[in-house]
Amino acid sequence: MQELVERARTVVQDGALGYDQKVRRLAALATEAIPYPTLSEDCRQALDARVICDLYEGHAPYTARYILPDYDLALRQGLRFLELDPPQDLDDALAFLQIMYAHVPSVTTYPVYLGDLDKLLERFVPADMTDEQLDRTLRRFWIGIDRMVPDAFAHLDVGPHDGRVVRSIFRVERSLRQAVPNITLKVDPAVTPDDLIEDGVRTVFETGKPHFVNHPMMVADHGERYAAVSCYNSLKIGGGAHTLVRLNLKEAALRHHGTSEEFMAAALPHWVELTAELTEARIRSLVEEQRFFETHWLANEGLIDLHRFSAMFGIFGLAECVNRLMALDGKDHGGAGRYGHDLDADVLAMRVVERVAELVAARPMPYCEGGQGRCYLHSQGGIDLDDHVTAGTRIPVGDEPDLLQHITTCAPHHEHFAAGISDIFHVDETAVRNPGAMVDIIKGALDQGMRDFTFNLADNEFVRITGYLVRKRDLAQIAGQHAVRHTSDQLAAGSENAYHLTERTVQRVGCHERTPR
Amino acid sequence: MSAPLAERRTPSGLVAGTIAFSSVDGPGNRFVVFLQGCNFDCVACHNPHTIPGRAAIDGDHQGPQRLRVPDLLHQIGRAAPFIRGITVSGGEATLQAGFVEALFRAVKEDPALAALTCFIDSNGAADPMTWDRLAPLTDGVMVDLKSFDPEIHHRLTGQGNADVLASIRHLHHLRRLHEVRLLLLAGWNDDPALIRRTGEWLATVDPTMRVKVIGFRLHGARPHDPPLVEPTAGRLQEAAAILRATAPFDIAVI
Ligand code: SF4
Repeated sequence: MQELVERARTVVQDGALGYDQKVRRLAALATEAIPYPTLSEDCRQALDARVICDLYEGHAPYTARYILPDYDLALRQGLRFLELDPPQDLDDALAFLQIMYAHVPSVTTYPVYLGDLDKLLERFVPADMTDEQLDRTLRRFWIGIDRMVPDAFAHLDVGPHDGRVVRSIFRVERSLRQAVPNITLKVDPAVTPDDLIEDGVRTVFETGKPHFVNHPMMVADHGERYAAVSCYNSLKIGGGAHTLVRLNLKEAALRHHGTSEEFMAAALPHWVELTAELTEARIRSLVEEQRFFETHWLANEGLIDLHRFSAMFGIFGLAECVNRLMALDGKDHGGAGRYGHDLDADVLAMRVVERVAELVAARPMPYCEGGQGRCYLHSQGGIDLDDHVTAGTRIPVGDEPDLLQHITTCAPHHEHFAAGISDIFHVDETAVRNPGAMVDIIKGALDQGMRDFTFNLADNEFVRITGYLVRKRDLAQIAGQHAVRHTSDQLAAGSENAYHLTERTVQRVGCHERTPR
Repeated sequence: MSAPLAERRTPSGLVAGTIAFSSVDGPGNRFVVFLQGCNFDCVACHNPHTIPGRAAIDGDHQGPQRLRVPDLLHQIGRAAPFIRGITVSGGEATLQAGFVEALFRAVKEDPALAALTCFIDSNGAADPMTWDRLAPLTDGVMVDLKSFDPEIHHRLTGQGNADVLASIRHLHHLRRLHEVRLLLLAGWNDDPALIRRTGEWLATVDPTMRVKVIGFRLHGARPHDPPLVEPTAGRLQEAAAILRATAPFDIAVI
């Protein structure tokens, strides 16, 4: 209790937090007064040692972590709970969405998914509306999102089809240069024109957004109704993920003293099961104890459906894990035999991922029909408390090989991560004069089996700390202890201090979830 | 054991280096082969290690390697899914025209690579016969025009520019001229009157051609006395404006 009091005091006295941010952190602290769901002794110890991690979601989850409401259905049938009729025109539709965003729950209280906005809005754009009128309308809406949902995990999707709305969104993005919303362009080489991808590339040059995802691959895993939300989390629309529990492969490897073979045979199954145990306990708490799906209006009105949910099984620290296993096998060659730079190390990395995928696929999980009764695998981007451990399955910051080698090392991992993977590629500013070059690289990467493709420019005003964006000047402000508008900037400052992410030579960094404490 | 016949027949090239991905050597993303050796000796050369007898400035170049076409095809194959084509640059690529021809032919004949375009980045000092020979296998050529004034050209490169001007005209005639690049060096070749004369001449070749105005950058160039000076952004825009006033060129400033 004393610790709780101290932590509450730290929150209320923190000059770098705004009022709303304090309220949210205090609420998170309060659930810690409720006993944690029952865990085995091994699981408890692994959690306390942070070999496995619940992302500090609190002791009693009372909302699913990632919720993807079916906005299309909402716009067509209206909302009983919010007493909204189906909108008749574009202004109505935008107001409708803005109201709805304020009521979609998540662990940050801000919605992680804002809809496949071009598909939602295209039918409301009158034929006689000029592009300028459309831009002006969306611009107002965009400023509203940034100011009312000030969290860079708020994410919307566009594509794979071309249209007036997606083009307008990119124009508005380039002119406003806001950190929010985060954006994904769904790319299907068969239907997405190169010119639209190029428009996306030009937008990245200005704002660090959008991400590009492999639409056919996503459809194969999730069906047509999927979206990329938060950062790199691909989930079912009308569904989502109950929780995200992650396994720190670095810590797992540090506790192992045999060969890599023994790690695969005994250690991994042990840690994967403990991660699964924690996941199951949290899911049951949410579904059975707090009865989220029986009580929330989104479920009551059919806008989310328990059957389209699963949970996310995250892994991170693959690089450190593989490098240690190489050393244990006597194959690290004084540091040269490391992930991203050595064929044996890359092969071993692949085997670790395949083994985890196999174990997760063999572990039934309750209330996870969205994933055929199993967790979705996710290459998790890290949080601001992570220290000296590399996000997801990435090659460590600053140690990345050249772009071609980087892509070919990462690409084979992507098929295993149905719920997303956050490699980030770095390009120098010569690409700005030739966006077609980036289009070639993106299409090549997707063609080679990459699920998610994100790139950053060397000297962009925006820094991608781990999948979400912050502005460099906001980061500088945090160091000076002034309240900043966006909650995710707080995570970024932590991430940055923990791992010097902005010191890198050319580029940026990857995905991220949320700040816990 | 002797090498297979096909391999013995492929000429080898003296290669200064390769880059898997480049966004500055033609359309889209490209694999670039830098060939060793040049018939110019430019004061503003960024690749002085490719000129015989000049040491590398950065010191991180490993020196030229003799490579065969299949060696390069293997490297290109790795990059193939991500590139629109290949570019041979230099040094001066046309000094090894036989190798360039063999490389381009091999690319066009390889089913996995046939979709790639083949470009040459040249200083223009090649005779028309060389271009006639390369044209059937080449999709485009980017030609540097160091100066339209023969005297200044000589001071900048050690050679006259008659061949360069002839190459530009001939390549346009062969429909292989992708763009002309004007590298501006402050105080040497950026005089407005000279830029205007350059534009007027280029317009006689093709008034809609792609022209790239490139500011000289100190990085990579060898020391010079008196020191070389980068042109200001304003100066480059001024040059572009003068060219634009001359003809409806497709101009990019870098
Ligand atoms: S033509 Fe090009 S490679 Fe040759 S010396 Fe001049 S700048 Fe250097």
